[in-house]
Amino acid sequence: MGQSIWNSMEQKGYSRRDFLQFCAAAATAAGFGQTGVAQVVSAFEKKEKPAVVWMHFQECTCCSESFIRASHPIVLDALLDVLSLNYSETLMAASGFQAEKSLNDTIANNKGKYIVLVEGAVPTKDDGVYCMIGGKTAESILQTVAKDAAAVIAWGSCASNGCVQAAKPNPTGATPIYKLIDKPVINVPGCPPIADVMMAVVTHLLVLGQVPALDSQGRPKEFYGRRVHDTCYRRPNYDAGLFVEAFDDENARKGYCLYKMGCKGPVTYNACSVVKWNEGTSYPIQSGHGCIGCSEAGFWDNGPFYQHLPSFPGFGIESTADTVGTVVGIATVAGVAAHAVVTNIRKRKVIAEVHAEDQKES
Amino acid sequence: MSTPSTVAGNGFSDNAIHPVEYRRVYVWELPVRVYHWINAVALVVLCVTGYLIGAPLRAFYAAEAYQQYWFGWVRFLHFLAAFVYVFNFAARLYWGFVGNKYSHWNAFFPLKKSQQQEIVDVIKADVLETRMHGPISTGHNALAGLIYFGTFLVFVFQTITGFALYSSMSNSWLPRMFTWIVPLMGGEFAVRFWHHLFLWFFVTFVIVHVYLAFYHDYIEGRGTVSSIIGGWKFDREKSGKAGNRK
Ligand code: HEM
Ligand code: HEM
Ligand code: SF4
Ligand code: SF4
Repeated sequence: MGQSIWNSMEQKGYSRRDFLQFCAAAATAAGFGQTGVAQVVSAFEKKEKPAVVWMHFQECTCCSESFIRASHPIVLDALLDVLSLNYSETLMAASGFQAEKSLNDTIANNKGKYIVLVEGAVPTKDDGVYCMIGGKTAESILQTVAKDAAAVIAWGSCASNGCVQAAKPNPTGATPIYKLIDKPVINVPGCPPIADVMMAVVTHLLVLGQVPALDSQGRPKEFYGRRVHDTCYRRPNYDAGLFVEAFDDENARKGYCLYKMGCKGPVTYNACSVVKWNEGTSYPIQSGHGCIGCSEAGFWDNGPFYQHLPSFPGFGIESTADTVGTVVGIATVAGVAAHAVVTNIRKRKVIAEVHAEDQKES
Repeated sequence: MSTPSTVAGNGFSDNAIHPVEYRRVYVWELPVRVYHWINAVALVVLCVTGYLIGAPLRAFYAAEAYQQYWFGWVRFLHFLAAFVYVFNFAARLYWGFVGNKYSHWNAFFPLKKSQQQEIVDVIKADVLETRMHGPISTGHNALAGLIYFGTFLVFVFQTITGFALYSSMSNSWLPRMFTWIVPLMGGEFAVRFWHHLFLWFFVTFVIVHVYLAFYHDYIEGRGTVSSIIGGWKFDREKSGKAGNRK
């Protein structure tokens, strides 16, 4: 320990030029701009590189998979190489007791200084038996690891909001991290989150040594401050009312808006339409499929992917609020019409009655 | 027959001899009437545009996006009507404290025994089509008042969810005050669902409301419908029964 990032890069044979390139890429990724590069360089030269542990609980490892596909390979290389990734079930060489020792040592030697990255939700039902590592429940491991951490990042929707693990009926009681620990958690939702976003969040933490600005749901504002819809390149078609009506129609070929195909862009906070995926190649909407809202809480339970609004609960898959509303509306009109008919049939009697009463009273 | 405010039963000779006397009562002051019709227009606009936002029509007359903007206009109209509707509603709430007794806020809560009795009576009259025997309020009958109160709650709900949705597309202070609603309701998706669902409450309300306005105009026979236009209703002067109590 005690080494800076520059020291360890130097030892590994990276040139000064590589290092500066890396700093520039990291500054860009974290959104500092040109003036920030110097700051990054000095931080990486002087600051002790932090120890990092990467925990895996109830998840599918798609977040890790995404992370290693970051578009600035040099950043990634360096981060993986130079970060003391002291513990990560999927990426470390050690196993068994060795691995556990490494985790325990990291915690013991870096109290208050290490960073915890959590991938996956934590099951809380039945004393947490649904996810155990080395005989310990995920929850107890999380508590131990988080206790003395400098910062906790929840990778992906599982750790941030439960994702598929917590989808109804949530048999294991899967719970997002922020509900279990009393430290502030940086939520980086998405299924998976965008690699460059993950990279940027980590870089921000490393360079400035502080948590990036978060919104009320603990998400970095920089990347989750706007809806996919707000920066979608198909947006002009939306405003013009030019919609794809079927996936194989002429409008789909013309690249019209996918709103009517159930695109969840208007309700989803993520950076897909700006940062894009796979080295900025594309993102779902660009390849012709609507957004499924993967970074929003409960997106598995938010109804069919190809429907604008969820089905109406209890009325079958196909019935939306509009179906139910139309039926209720028609029933109301029918009821009112029937009432009017009855009123008219009784009209003579009522009129006679009224007159009789008027007479009596006056 | 000679008194101007006296209505004679037309054609019934007995009535002509013993006329029933009615008194003109100014029930709905101008602000209430103006509120009512602004509200009615705004709500119709909100329902129609809201429905279109949820299920856009196929209206293509252009091939390129820059040539048309109809969906943008639909949304603009929705937001415009929303602001009109919200401030209009706020004005009505204010009037509930300074207006006459018929528009006063306590006309919307059946706290008095007589009001509760009236609710039963009105339900019987509306559903079973019996004659109304108890006294009928000159302003809202107690049941109508209670239902308007429920409607006002839905107004509030729709305003809150509407502004919560609007907060993601606006930086102005009013919608900004509602940002916290979104996580509270479990995300924008859920907010949208509820906001959309309550569209159908309004549709149902308007059908029943307009029908009942006509129906009560008929069974009460004292100008219910015209009261929301001109403000006047008619009360029986010396009746011991079906007359005014308030
Ligand atoms: C009170 C009567 C109202 C009704 C019946 C109504 C109805 C609707 C409906 C059906 C939708 C479509 C939802 C969907 O399927 O996505 C909608 C959207 C919306 N409404 Fe309303 N609404 C009302 C009031 C308001 C108010 C007071 C506001 C406040 C600003 C508001 C703001 C919005 C916004 C921002 C949207 C989303 C538009 C978009 O997709 O860009 N609404 N409304
Ligand atoms: C979108 C349509 C409409 C809506 C949302 C609506 C809503 C309301 C509300 C909220 C009130 C309570 C007024 C208050 O005390 O502030 C009211 C009263 C009233 N409305 Fe409407 N209204 C609509 C259309 C109509 C129409 C078309 C008529 C007539 C044909 C009508 C006739 C009346 C009458 C007569 C009253 C007074 C009822 C009473 O004496 O209790 N309304 N309406
Ligand atoms: S494709 Fe989706 S995100 Fe893009 S403009 Fe249309 S609705 Fe919005
Ligand atoms: S477009 Fe939507 S569903 Fe697709 S990755 Fe982005 S947020 Fe997730």
